[in-house]
Order: sequence, then structure tokens, then C-alpha cells
Amino acid sequence: MYSIEVKDLTKEFKSYRSREGLSGAIRDLFTREFNIVRAVDGISFNVKKGEMVGYIGENGAGKSTTIKMLTGILKPTSGSIQVNGRDPHKQREAFVRTIGVVFGQRSQLWWDIAVQESFRLLKKVYKVSDEQYQTHMHEVIEILEIEDLLNRPVRKLSLGQRMRCELAAALIHNPPLLFLDEPTIGLDVLVKLKIREFLKELNARYGTTVLLTTHDLTDIEALCQRVVMLDEGKIIYDGELQELRENWGGGKSAAIEFTHRIQLEQLTALTGHLPIRWEQENPLKFRAILESNEMTVSELLACVAPHIEVKDFRIEEVSTEEIVQKIYQKGFTTYA
Amino acid sequence: MPSMYLEMIRIRFLMMLAYRVNYYSGIIIYSINIGAYYFLWDAIYSGQGSMGGLTPSQMTTYVAISWMARAFYFNNIDREMALEIKDGKVAIEMIRPYNYLAVKMMQALGEGIFRLLFFSVPGMLIVALFFPLTFPSSPETWGWYSVSLALSFLINTEINLITGVLTFFLLNNEGLMRAKRVVVDLFSGLILPISFYPGWAQSILHFLPFQAISYLPGMIFAGAMGNEQIGGAILIQLIWVVVLLLPLYLMWIKAKNALVVQGG
Repeated sequence: MYSIEVKDLTKEFKSYRSREGLSGAIRDLFTREFNIVRAVDGISFNVKKGEMVGYIGENGAGKSTTIKMLTGILKPTSGSIQVNGRDPHKQREAFVRTIGVVFGQRSQLWWDIAVQESFRLLKKVYKVSDEQYQTHMHEVIEILEIEDLLNRPVRKLSLGQRMRCELAAALIHNPPLLFLDEPTIGLDVLVKLKIREFLKELNARYGTTVLLTTHDLTDIEALCQRVVMLDEGKIIYDGELQELRENWGGGKSAAIEFTHRIQLEQLTALTGHLPIRWEQENPLKFRAILESNEMTVSELLACVAPHIEVKDFRIEEVSTEEIVQKIYQKGFTTYA
Repeated sequence: MPSMYLEMIRIRFLMMLAYRVNYYSGIIIYSINIGAYYFLWDAIYSGQGSMGGLTPSQMTTYVAISWMARAFYFNNIDREMALEIKDGKVAIEMIRPYNYLAVKMMQALGEGIFRLLFFSVPGMLIVALFFPLTFPSSPETWGWYSVSLALSFLINTEINLITGVLTFFLLNNEGLMRAKRVVVDLFSGLILPISFYPGWAQSILHFLPFQAISYLPGMIFAGAMGNEQIGGAILIQLIWVVVLLLPLYLMWIKAKNALVVQGG
């Protein structure tokens, strides 16, 4: 059973150009030139119930546009969307009752009034009964530790405090599906951790499906098994985060520091039979890049340590951040 | 469903209450306006018994009630909508399970009720101290006036919503909103009662919705209409309330499809 089903989804925008000079401006009054920009270009993917999926891509890759179509805000140019079994744009009012949305860059609380007044209004908007509100929101408020913030006006909250309140506001009706568009933008590490913990718990307890866009890949690592990667409006990768790391992480490497100067040739001679590439940083420090996943670090040590004294040894793993960065820079196919 | 809209009205009322001091200066400004018009009309009448179907004291009452009614029906919903569209906040409104236009209407009502209680009523009492106003004597006239005032609120708010929805297509309609404001003040009979316009202009204005905002209720309050005329005036207002819904509805359907969320 899928929460989100997207097929051949495309969104085009008209982007108007201004002609040069005064005569151009006058001509613009009558006819305007425009380009058609494809923000989202024929993407298809499904999200299962209870899944937490990371949706990543550079700025302008089409992430936010996709989210806005999935939440019923924008009308797709073509393609079909089924979210929670409904067409988001056509059945908007019924549909939005079944989702929660947090836009990291926009507040959905009322700026001038106390947080709890906003909650009260949203409770009415979503027709949440008093008992439901008591049991569910009580927990949410407790876990997010926003009890003390409830009677303050939103404009007096710090960003971290506000984000926690935003998250609570999106969950008032306990939706089975939650869209998070850069929820941790601009937050400090502690708040980030708290929000991640909370999302995990939410997912475990209620089976809430989460679609998350972020620029902070540590969010994705902490929360999602699966990532969908977008580039120029197309999906370039859709699968396990682990697989992405294994196939494109370029394997492990180990930094070794020796007690005295060593020649690169000495090392290559010692490990010639192993799938290892050596890089020299300085006369004492070397990096061994393991080019096969089967090879173990102990094999490497077994070859080197009996012959040369090792002072320090550190296993390095390529971070997801670096992998994604490389994919963006080099393009997915060339990198693969 | 109604409890949600009641909540909307309540919240807007609370928000207005938080900034209530702004309104005390507003009452003074409106009173000065009314005073200026009083002396102007006093000079124009200069002893004449009746002009444009109004006696001097009816005219004074008409001017005072028109301005104080304006405080009630006037709102900046169109500007709020334009701002929400301009900075992309409208995205938040679209993820809520309610009708955006209905919510805006309710917010306008919350604001209107606030202004009625904290502006129009005390303002009218203050103005009555300085100028010779004649309040309607029969409770029926008060009743008809209340109905008429409620309808003028609806018509004005519908016009504001139409102007606001236009922002979805124009993205920047500052000029249009300003023009609308002037047109409403001028053609609604706030500045000059419709009966003072030349005949040809009157016949055009009778076919426009603006007279239903200020002229008709003002004439009812000033006692310049007989019972039959009152019935006709309210009927015209009702017709406009319904007629204006049509373009609003059609534009809203188009607007939802044309929506572009600006600023990411």
C-alpha cells in the first residue's frame, strides 16, 4: 500500500524576459517573451506507508516544486499524483486533512498571537476533538518540550523554539503523512537532534510516513533508509542510502602514520597483492584506499605492521555529504 | 464548520484589540473629516431648504453616518491577500482544509466588528456632541439600517476579494488597489451623495455596485427614504451581494490553477 504514488509528473513555468532599453520596455507592454522552464521533468516514484524518505537535490533542482504539487498547492502541468489515495489539487480541502506540512522557511503560526491560540484555531480548523487533542498533543508538547512556550506570542520565540512549535502545529490532527521542507534550516545541533529524535519516535509509534527535503545530509542519514535524488528536475537516484554509499562512496580508506620516513615504493611492494592504492600526504603519513569492499582492514594491517612500525591508524569513511557533492559536480552517470 | 469561522473572527478581534490605541487617533481624524464636510455643506446650502432630496440636517447626518459606516465596512483584505501572494505565504493557506476566500471574509468581519464597537459607535457619539445630527426615531429604520449596513459590508468585502484575487494573475496590483479605493469612496456616495451627480452620471452609477456600499444605507439612516424606497434599496443590495459572487467564484477557480508560489 502506497502513501504517495507519482507518475510522469511534470511542472512547467513560464519565465518572462524583459527586453532591453526603452523601446524594449514599450514592446513588453504588448507582447512579452517568455521561456518555458521545466522545474520538474517527468518524475515517477512511490512511497510506502510508514517509510521515511529523504528527497534531496541542489537549489533549484525541483524539490520544493514537487512538494508543492504533492501537497496540492500547485497544479501539475502533466502526470498523475495520488497521495493518501486522493488527487491533491482536485480534492484539496478533503486531502489536506490527511497531511501535515512544515515549511522551514515559512511560519504557519499566527505571528501576533500566543502559540496556544494558534493551536486552538488549528484544532478547530482540523476538527480535532478535545480527547484526541488532549492525548495526542499532550505527548507531542511534552516530547518537543514546548510547554513553557505556549503562552508566548510567536514573534518572541527564537528560531529553534519556533520550529518545534511549527512541528507540533503540523501534527495537531495526527496526520498519517508528513511533509517536511527543510525543517532544520538554520537550527543549532541540539535542536536538530531533538527534532530527529522526535521524528523517529513519531514514525515508530504512529507509523507516520515522512517525506523530507533538506540540505543537511546528516538529517537524512539519521532518519531515512531511502533517498530520492533530484537533479535539474529529473530523478537521478532512487534507492537505499546504504547502497548509494557502497556503490559511489569509493570504498573505505585508512590513514596510517609511521614512526619514521617511508618510501611509497616500500608500501606498494608490501601490499602489491592487495587491491590497495596508496597516496602520500607527507613522509610519515600515507593513505591506503581500499578498492574492494571484500577486503578487510586487518589484511592491510597484517601486511604492513610486521615490517614497518605504525604510530597511528585511522579508518576513514567517505561521508554522504562528499558522495552527494561529487555526484552534483561530476554528474551521476560519469561518476558511476 | 461554523465554529472554525467563529474562531477566525475571534482571533482577528484579539489581534485588533492588541493594537487598539491606533484607533483612538483614527476617531479624531474621522471627526475632523466630518467637521470639514459639515462646514462645506453648510456653506453650499447657505440657507436653502433642500438639495438633492436632503435637508441640511439630513445632509449632516448623512455625512456623519457615511464616514462612521465606512469605518465598519472598510478593510484591507485585498492588500493582505496581495502581500500573502507576493511573499509566498499563500502556500500555507493552501495546505489548510478551508476555503481561503471564506476565511478572508471572516477575518474582515472580525476586523469590522472590532471597528464597529471601538470606532464607529463611540465616534458617532462624539460627533453627535458637536454637530446637529438627527438620529432615526423609529426602531424600524434602525433595523433596516442594520440590515443595509451588513449588506454593504458584504458588497465591499466581495469587491475587495475580487481585487485581491486579481493579484494571483497580475502578481503586482498596487495601482489597481489604489484606484479601487478612490473609485469606491467616490462612486459609493461617501464624498458626494449620488443624488448630487448630474443626471447622466446618476443613471450610470445606479447600475454599479458602489452606491450599494454607502449611498443607500446612508440615505436610509438620514431618513431620506420612504418605506417603499427602503425595500427597493435593500433589494438592490441583495442583488449585488449575489451578482458579485459569480465573478469572484470564477476568478478563484482560475486563480488556484494559475498559482505561482513566489520566493521558493
